[in-house]
Amino acid sequence: MRKSNTSVLRSDGLQTLISSLLCILGGLIVGYVVLLIIEPKGALDAIVALMKSFFRFAGRSRMKYLGQNLARTVPLILCSLSVLFAYKVGMFNIGVAGQYVAGACGCLYAALAWKLPWLPCLLIGMAAAALLGVIAGVLKTKCNVNVVISGIMLNWIALYLTNLILGMVKSPMSPYTMNLMGTNPKAKLPSLGLEKLFSSESSVTIAIPLAIVIAVVIYIVLNKTSFGYELKATGHNYHAAKYAGMKEDRNIILTMMISGALAGLGAGLLFLTGIEDWETTISSVPAMGFNGIAVAFLGGLSPIGSILSAFFVQYINFGGGNVDLQVYCSQISSLISSLIIYLCAFVAFFKYIIQLYLRKRKEKQEAQLLKGGEEK
Amino acid sequence: MHETQYAIEMVNITKKFPGIIANDNVTLQLKQGEIHALLGENGAGKSTLMSILFGMYQPEEGVIKKNGEIVKIHDPNDANNLGIGMVHQHFKLVECFSVLDNIILGVEDSQLGILQREKARQKVLELSQRYGLSVDPDALIEDISVGMQQRTEILKMLYRDNEILIFDEPTAVLTPAEIKELLQIMRNLSAEGKSILFITHKLNEIMEVADRCSVLRKGKYIGTVDVATTTKAELSRMMVGRDVEFAVQKDEAKPEQVVLEVRDLSVASKLSKKNAVNNVSFQVRAGEIVCIAGIDGNGQTELVYGISGLEPVQSGSVLLCGKDITHAPIRKRSLLGMSHIPEDRHKHGLVLDYTLEDNMVLQRYFEPEFVDKLGFLRRKNIRTYTERLIEQYDVRSGQGPVTLSRSMSGGNQQKAIVAREIDKDPQLLIAVQPTRGLDVGAIEYIHKQIVAQRDAGKAVLLVSLELDEVMTLADRILVMYEGEIVGQLNPKTATVTELGLYMAGAKKEDV
Repeated sequence: MRKSNTSVLRSDGLQTLISSLLCILGGLIVGYVVLLIIEPKGALDAIVALMKSFFRFAGRSRMKYLGQNLARTVPLILCSLSVLFAYKVGMFNIGVAGQYVAGACGCLYAALAWKLPWLPCLLIGMAAAALLGVIAGVLKTKCNVNVVISGIMLNWIALYLTNLILGMVKSPMSPYTMNLMGTNPKAKLPSLGLEKLFSSESSVTIAIPLAIVIAVVIYIVLNKTSFGYELKATGHNYHAAKYAGMKEDRNIILTMMISGALAGLGAGLLFLTGIEDWETTISSVPAMGFNGIAVAFLGGLSPIGSILSAFFVQYINFGGGNVDLQVYCSQISSLISSLIIYLCAFVAFFKYIIQLYLRKRKEKQEAQLLKGGEEK
Repeated sequence: MHETQYAIEMVNITKKFPGIIANDNVTLQLKQGEIHALLGENGAGKSTLMSILFGMYQPEEGVIKKNGEIVKIHDPNDANNLGIGMVHQHFKLVECFSVLDNIILGVEDSQLGILQREKARQKVLELSQRYGLSVDPDALIEDISVGMQQRTEILKMLYRDNEILIFDEPTAVLTPAEIKELLQIMRNLSAEGKSILFITHKLNEIMEVADRCSVLRKGKYIGTVDVATTTKAELSRMMVGRDVEFAVQKDEAKPEQVVLEVRDLSVASKLSKKNAVNNVSFQVRAGEIVCIAGIDGNGQTELVYGISGLEPVQSGSVLLCGKDITHAPIRKRSLLGMSHIPEDRHKHGLVLDYTLEDNMVLQRYFEPEFVDKLGFLRRKNIRTYTERLIEQYDVRSGQGPVTLSRSMSGGNQQKAIVAREIDKDPQLLIAVQPTRGLDVGAIEYIHKQIVAQRDAGKAVLLVSLELDEVMTLADRILVMYEGEIVGQLNPKTATVTELGLYMAGAKKEDV
């Protein structure tokens, strides 16, 4: 009996799951402590409101908010797929944030300036983001520039270029781009009746099932195809890949291209729902891409794990908005949710703790066995 | 009662891994000041035993004693505090650090947080002088030869004033002259009272330098013998469990058409502005084994890189079966019939984080047998194929095809590569140090395979630093010195002394 217990704990997938749950728990506790320090009176209410997220609404509104949350989970899933795909091939794609921005730029400009229907808009957004990925990949292979460095630089280039380009399709009254539905309703993603499940929430579109399908496709490509085999070999051992006659440089560029396209698709699937317009005066790279990094690691670098962890992060972000602003200042919701997301980076750490615990327990058992033997 | 004082003892050690008992009730006793050889086939459990001594694994049963007292070793630091030092088979060096920084790593001397490099450098230079271990303290590890990397490892141990020195197959990468030197160093060290544990497959070296020898076979302890009263044949019988042929039987070569032709090839050096390979020309015919002999670092590595396409060539051309492949991609060379057993199995030969089966198809995963039209891997075929190779080439691993390559013993990793490359049925087999770090049983097997390839009409280009290997296998010997071929010898008529003179650059002929 004890033996089977141990072997279950030793399975890698379960260790990751437990570690992820521990991360979440840790984040909540730290968040609670911070709330206590600021203002002990409302702390419990605040953390409960945060954890309840959209469940505090009832009936039709609950479904409506669930739909909204799912729509906002989609780009998070795709950004985390972008990160983990590059990571499996040995690269840390911090440029995902800029690629996401480029994707938004491409699809919004195509929709608002050229009045194209949704599919070409989506593809243009992906192409713009893929281009950014390719630049980082080429710099890596031809000039040996670390993709982290080039990624960070490209993030800023993408941001300001996007502000410049989308400034041309800005609404005259505000810093935001023109409203999608008002300008070009053809560009809105189709919903195929899905919105009926979510109290006619307009942001519910095919993006939600599509994101799940893409996660599954990424899983299959990485684990079942010769293409994935080749990419992972390049990531694990560049020299062996070269020795085996794989086109190691092409693989790296291709990976960055796919990684970029995923992030760009994420942006397209958000902005083409019309849930949000681009603010052409923002001066910081949107957190979406960076959150994708946290989501990818919280999900144990598995495409399927990404779906769950992306939903969780969105859930907490939304829940943060429930914190009572009479008691706490308005930044507190972002602070708490980012604390929790931050703690999510500790998956590997908790995994190590679990393994350490298993080893210690085994040694103890052995010591006891030895003692028992001597007493006899 | 007088009891022999043992510097270190490992008593009744048992260690199990999933699917394998790596050590089964093994006892090893190292006397103060002796040179004790530890002999065993690849995968016999030598490396595991040493990892236990270093606290990297905890044994399920058994104890470790130092000077008769039980000690607990939890990690390498504990071992270091007990004065145990080791030169690992696969070096533990930081590639982008200098030799000096690697030696002092972990025991840096600093004042007010500032590293006292000068003092350390003096000690290192003094040690390297005293033991004849020539190194350039300021060279980066990634830039120096395998031989020099090992000398760094040995210096690391000496720098820490360790009392118990473990050498894990230290001579595998050294030239004959260097081996002689090293054995002398080991004698000096033991004369100074240091206790040495010498892990090796090379019976000659055991006979020459060791006082006693313990033998392991398939994880079991076979026995300990006094070297003075034993023979090579007996040791190898203890190790393998049967009689072993030391020299491969082979008939006269019957060379046919030219398979590989190298014309005026030059390859740039990464270390200096001079070319590592300079205007080299030679041919390899079907049905013959041509061996490139030479001391490590004379351009053999770069020559193979140039022929196999791992590095671009400076000038000259390479022809495989009459086709110019000088600038061809590596995949094309492979498809034209080139197999390559690389010098560095960890850098080029294997993806260590892949399973054994994934490594077995590293050169063939794109063939219709292993991938369907949609690009999905045919996992079942890969498994069957791997199982056949494991069976046929006796590759031993804990969990068969799904074993992580990193967890396999060095010899079995090498066997896996040899199996993969030979099974490709090549026109040309390039084998660089194919038996590095292997035991006599495995060497015998690989040598037989290479000769069989020759007899099947394949051209074989062998690069080896081991004189024995060169003399037994080669049909023709080409000696490389400072990037040039300085002599061609017939192994039947040439003597080892003559070969040595060419290798040292003392003799030269126009080829």
